[in-house]
Amino acid sequence: MGKLYSFKRSLWVFHASGGSCNACDIEIIAALTPRYDAERFGIRLVGSPRHADVLLVTGAIPRDFADKLKRIYEQMPDPKAVVVVGCCGTSGGVFYDSYNIAGPIDEIIPVDVYIPGCPPRPEAIIDGVVKAWLKIEKLEKQLEGKE
Amino acid sequence: MMAKTQYYVPVGPIHPALKEPIRVEAEVEGERIVRVDVKRGFAHRGIEYMGMKRNAIQTLYLSERICGICSISHPYAFVIGSEKALGIEAPPRAQYIRPIIAELERIHSHILWLGVVAHEMGFDSLLFWTWKGREKVLDLLELLTGNRINYSVFMIGGVRRDIKESQIKAIKDAIDFYRIFTEEMKNVFLSDPVYKARTRGVAQLSREMALKLNVCGPVARAAGLRMDVRQDNPYDAYADIEVRAIVPQDIVGEARGDAYDITLVRLYEIEQSLDIIEFCIENMPEGRIMAIPNYVVLLSKIKKTKGEAIGMHEAPRGEVVHYFKYDGTRDGPAVWKVVAPSYNNINSWAPLLLGAEVADIPIVVAYIDPCMCCNDRVAVVRDRDGRIMDYSLIHRKAVEKTMRLKRELGVRA
Repeated sequence: MGKLYSFKRSLWVFHASGGSCNACDIEIIAALTPRYDAERFGIRLVGSPRHADVLLVTGAIPRDFADKLKRIYEQMPDPKAVVVVGCCGTSGGVFYDSYNIAGPIDEIIPVDVYIPGCPPRPEAIIDGVVKAWLKIEKLEKQLEGKE
Repeated sequence: MMAKTQYYVPVGPIHPALKEPIRVEAEVEGERIVRVDVKRGFAHRGIEYMGMKRNAIQTLYLSERICGICSISHPYAFVIGSEKALGIEAPPRAQYIRPIIAELERIHSHILWLGVVAHEMGFDSLLFWTWKGREKVLDLLELLTGNRINYSVFMIGGVRRDIKESQIKAIKDAIDFYRIFTEEMKNVFLSDPVYKARTRGVAQLSREMALKLNVCGPVARAAGLRMDVRQDNPYDAYADIEVRAIVPQDIVGEARGDAYDITLVRLYEIEQSLDIIEFCIENMPEGRIMAIPNYVVLLSKIKKTKGEAIGMHEAPRGEVVHYFKYDGTRDGPAVWKVVAPSYNNINSWAPLLLGAEVADIPIVVAYIDPCMCCNDRVAVVRDRDGRIMDYSLIHRKAVEKTMRLKRELGVRA
């Protein structure tokens, strides 16, 4: 086995917003709506992390939210990719010295793609998800090689 | 043994679509909600604390990141409060540029909200149609400020970017586009029988309840309260325009304060914003755009200032209030307190959800929600069978109710 056909056709994305200011979140939705229309590539948002291939995380993560983010990550089936949208998730951004921030997202869960910007444009978000796609394809090849 | 009749439905804090973390805990008996509790604080980032350690200009940009959809409203209240505390005034041209940007933001925020509500009800093509129309105002904001969201265009004592002649033409084009688009949206939202049936009487807030719960913004205006910071406490160019609060009794004769009335208020507010922008570009005075163009001079003035002030602005969702105290020892605020409309409006969730159906949770939360794009949730219900009810199931229930109404009203798909 190890043939991950579903990834060849479409990529399902779960979106978790931590301490985000909503700017990245509305740009993610804008990426799905007719102007940018990511759904033509088969990229769509799903309602549960258990159905998702890619996890989009926005915002610096507050302490209260860190364990919940870990749980979301653990619920996703392998192979999976994590994409961080926006500067605050990448480095802490303007919230770097807050008392309630658990740190940039890569200190909590492993991250594959960073999309900088405050907020990044929808084109950049689509590009980031496509990069995550390439990573999943690479993983798939490695899996096939093992058999 | 008696069968268990009450079930516990936790909603959130993690949410599949366009939302911020918040948790609503409900107890249901069949389809009816009998007890509700709202828990917030998952997105707390300690912004006020950080602002009190930075200088005033850095804090201004920090205030923009309080909310990405209100990314003009918070800086607006911030600059107004700071200017009052410092005793300076923005030049007249800047006072006319600021409302233009703020009203454009209101248009994008209201259209965003209409799309989200359509999605919650199961009209997904309507979500896509409204958001397609919203791209035009984002393009215009990008042309005027350089970014689609988070504009960084305000400054204490003025604005950072002037509006050029070529940009005025683009603004006029956009106004023409939105006059037609708003008419179309009014047709779609207000005259659709299913939309009306789904929203009439849902999330209904009486005038007394609205006063008691201290709601603000479109939620309060839908309940018939004539309150609008631009009308009650005018600032900048709003003082010349004489903005009047949009209330349903002026449009349809009576105010019921339900979800339908809120839609009505928001749609008419888009038109009001277009009027304000039109007035501002026609009457824009010439001249400087910054009172103190040199930031070093501005910061040293702040350092020498002792004083306190309150800045207020009518954000798309209600009133934003910023309180400042400059103590004359540092170049940033010694005390900075922000009150966002969310604080007031979320209070109305619990009384409105009591007695509502599970299928109405998305509507109530979406209608009253202060941050329109943060109303989603994952609900996990564990009953004795260990069955899990996630958000998509609740959403399906909401869509099913819409379909049922469609059949009952005899509307063809």
